[in-house]
Amino acid sequence: MAEPFTTLTAIAAPLPIDNVDTDMIWPATAGAKMARGEQARQAFRRLRFTPEGEEKPDFILNREPWRNAQILIGGDNFGCGSSRELAVWALQEWGIRCIIAPRFGDIFYGNCCINGILPIRLEQEHVNCLMELAGSPDTAVMTVNLPDCLVTCGSVQFHFTVEPRARHGLLHGLDAIGMTLDATDRIEAFSAHYLTSYPWLQPKRMDFA
Amino acid sequence: MTSEARTLLDKIWQTHVIDDHGDGTSLLWVDRHLVNEGTSIQAFDELRKRGLPLARPAMHVAVADHVVPTINRDQPVVAGRAKEMIDGIERNVEDFGMPYIPFRSSDQGICHVIAPELGLVLPGMIAVCGDSHTSTLGALGAIAFGIGTTEMAHVMATGTLVAAKPKMMAIEVTGHLSRGVTAKDMVLAIIGAIGTAGATGHAIEFRGKAVTALDIEARLTLCNMAIEAGARSGIIAPDDTCFTYLKGRRFAPVGLHWDEAEIYWRSLVSDPDARFDRIIQIDAAAIAPHVTWGTSPQHVLPVTGAVPSPSDAATPQEAAEIARALAYQGLESGMPISAIKVDQIFIGSCTNSRLSDLRHAAHMIGGQRLADGVRGFISPGSTRIKQQAEAEGIDKLFIDAGFEWRSSACSMCCGGDAPAAGTRVAATSNRNFEHRQGRDVRTHLVSPAMAVACGIAGHFVDIREWGTGRG
Repeated sequence: MAEPFTTLTAIAAPLPIDNVDTDMIWPATAGAKMARGEQARQAFRRLRFTPEGEEKPDFILNREPWRNAQILIGGDNFGCGSSRELAVWALQEWGIRCIIAPRFGDIFYGNCCINGILPIRLEQEHVNCLMELAGSPDTAVMTVNLPDCLVTCGSVQFHFTVEPRARHGLLHGLDAIGMTLDATDRIEAFSAHYLTSYPWLQPKRMDFA
Repeated sequence: MTSEARTLLDKIWQTHVIDDHGDGTSLLWVDRHLVNEGTSIQAFDELRKRGLPLARPAMHVAVADHVVPTINRDQPVVAGRAKEMIDGIERNVEDFGMPYIPFRSSDQGICHVIAPELGLVLPGMIAVCGDSHTSTLGALGAIAFGIGTTEMAHVMATGTLVAAKPKMMAIEVTGHLSRGVTAKDMVLAIIGAIGTAGATGHAIEFRGKAVTALDIEARLTLCNMAIEAGARSGIIAPDDTCFTYLKGRRFAPVGLHWDEAEIYWRSLVSDPDARFDRIIQIDAAAIAPHVTWGTSPQHVLPVTGAVPSPSDAATPQEAAEIARALAYQGLESGMPISAIKVDQIFIGSCTNSRLSDLRHAAHMIGGQRLADGVRGFISPGSTRIKQQAEAEGIDKLFIDAGFEWRSSACSMCCGGDAPAAGTRVAATSNRNFEHRQGRDVRTHLVSPAMAVACGIAGHFVDIREWGTGRG
């Protein structure tokens, strides 16, 4: 289960690129490790490192103070593309706790919520405002308050909304598998009824040669 | 009281709700789970950690497709990442008793290609897979969508999934496609019109005369790229074309079960007054062959178009996006799309690697050869498709034209068989993201027919005119 999220005060990094895809966040490079706990270096690998593995000094997330950012301010349609949860694990292991963007890829959004990363949708205009503030070291520190659904940066404050289940899960941690297993009786009752209604869906032998 | 008019998706969704959580999400019964070697590792680990078995072993079918080599399939896989991942899934399916299609089986192939081929997905089902192109399978009248690895563990441990019902978008394609224009061009034109986030938060129901006129393989291509328009799933109402396709498939129902199923499946249409959150209309006759020029599927134009300029952009964000894409792709604004020269052709992937794609592509060859310096590369969508194509002699047509005829895998769609940096590829796959096909490789998404014509001409061509003066 992911670490609960309540209030976060941290450096925000601007990443003004639309359609940041999951290949960009977690490139399937030849040497990529697949295990949890080994993903931090893979986050934005091609933007952060040269092919030889040297840091690219100009990239925002390699510069002070943004190299310690825990909040990303992104462009529209952030996290579009594949379902790879490795993209979210890489960001999480690298220390990202919150991403603010106009829109997110649907699968990526869901993967964030169940891994303790808060994805916040704001209007483009509000994202632009935070993007500009994040771009200056003097105003790059922001506070994200999930109980009140507020992002604050100095005198600027925006309200956001998160789906109730995602919010609850982020605030308290949620063991979805455990909760569903508690409903096993309901699932079994459903199963009996369902397979009677749609008898052609009864389990078949699945042999492949 | 009359019941409320419902969409096709509403009807299927409702039959699968075990518990409505009252917070916008429901606990859903899942009928089918496809598993690949790439995204499943940590899901099996999660079950191991909790000491849980598979709740319903027969709902799953595992197959290695992402990293399997496309050559020397009769020899041991060479040591490395691919071998580790293939060994890993074989160990996991063994430990958990999950049905598995062995790597050298004639049933092997890209999971979204073999699932229809074997009748593993049927109308009215909910089907999921740890791969975003699961949207493909909605072409059979199922709700099919990609899930993350944590969700996979939930499906494996419980046979269910917690999900929120998406909003509904109807995309109605009227009229008839022109000669040489395919389902691939149709979906690229749709993405060009609504953008890659156009259907975010929605499922798309594709409908209209031009959609129902498509055969199942073309419908699979259309639904495959619903995710590239932002929709987690695309769906098409099952009809006679669908039933004819499914009948006799290995895991399709037979006898009385078929008859019962077909009666039910015929009810799976949106009611005439069903409410959609958005309705988009497209005229098929206006769709030209399409080619992507940039690094997002929405960077797409008719082949008669010209590479755009940042100064054409409506917003600063868009201008920055165009500039970034042009720099990566090494293209100049204003250049005609048809003047773009390519180095390599890739025909394959869950988008366009089915038998009809290969036939259509082979038909374009007309005894010609790939242009000098252009490499051609074909990876059929499944081992069975490869065998069928060979029985028809299609492999010979490609080989004689200078193409490499490989075995079935995801291959060049997601970084396998990667060409050298800087290579410009005309690909029948689904994503032209930066570095998707290998470091600094430049991708242009096209139909199989366009890919072949482009390989022969050495540049993109208006294939509506192909064969009238040449070939």
